[in-house]
Amino acid sequence: MIKSELVQRLAEANPHLYQRDVENVVSAVLDEIVDSLARGDRVELRGFGAFSVKKRDARVGRNPRTGEKVDVASKAAPHFKAGKEMRLRLNPDADASASGKSRAVAG
Amino acid sequence: MTDRGNADRGQDAANAGATTRADLARAVQRKVGLSQTESAELVEQMLDQISVTLERGDGVKLSSFGTFKIRHKRERTGRNPKTGVEAAITPRRVLVFKASNQMKAKINGVEPTGDDDED
Repeated sequence: MIKSELVQRLAEANPHLYQRDVENVVSAVLDEIVDSLARGDRVELRGFGAFSVKKRDARVGRNPRTGEKVDVASKAAPHFKAGKEMRLRLNPDADASASGKSRAVAG
Repeated sequence: MTDRGNADRGQDAANAGATTRADLARAVQRKVGLSQTESAELVEQMLDQISVTLERGDGVKLSSFGTFKIRHKRERTGRNPKTGVEAAITPRRVLVFKASNQMKAKINGVEPTGDDDED
């Protein structure tokens, strides 16, 4: 699924909205996530997952083609960790037995 | 309970600054001009559409943001890091996210390099 398909599905579910508005909703959400991360904040979406920023130290890298040394500056790398509910949704049977915490409900 | 011990979660102060659904809904309200209730509902629907797609095993590609993909992991033998006891790790599907170059650039406060928007 790409962004335009996401917009289309949301538009179909909300026929009272203009498609243009739905596009703006999707952009507003994604922009807000990026802006938060750019400020250095985490984004925690319960059940879905969390976005965070990890700091990478400066290091001496190598050009794999020439073997030449290059200085790589420190940088920030965005990271996503799937939420618990998301993991369960992706693995409805496996996770329940693995954690041993809750019995899988049949069906 | 499995989420609690997350090492990079940090102390409460770090958590208090975290952006949540409510913040996303406020952004929608502010930028699109929908009501608070409707903004919250749309944020929920958007996350749900993404979840349902991933649940089906399909990827989700959001240009200038990033890509969510499902990876299939084979069964392997793991170890409880605390007790050292070996245990079978069942085959599973894991969700991976790859940030777009635009997102990486924005987070580093630089101009995006190259034009490979999404890959």
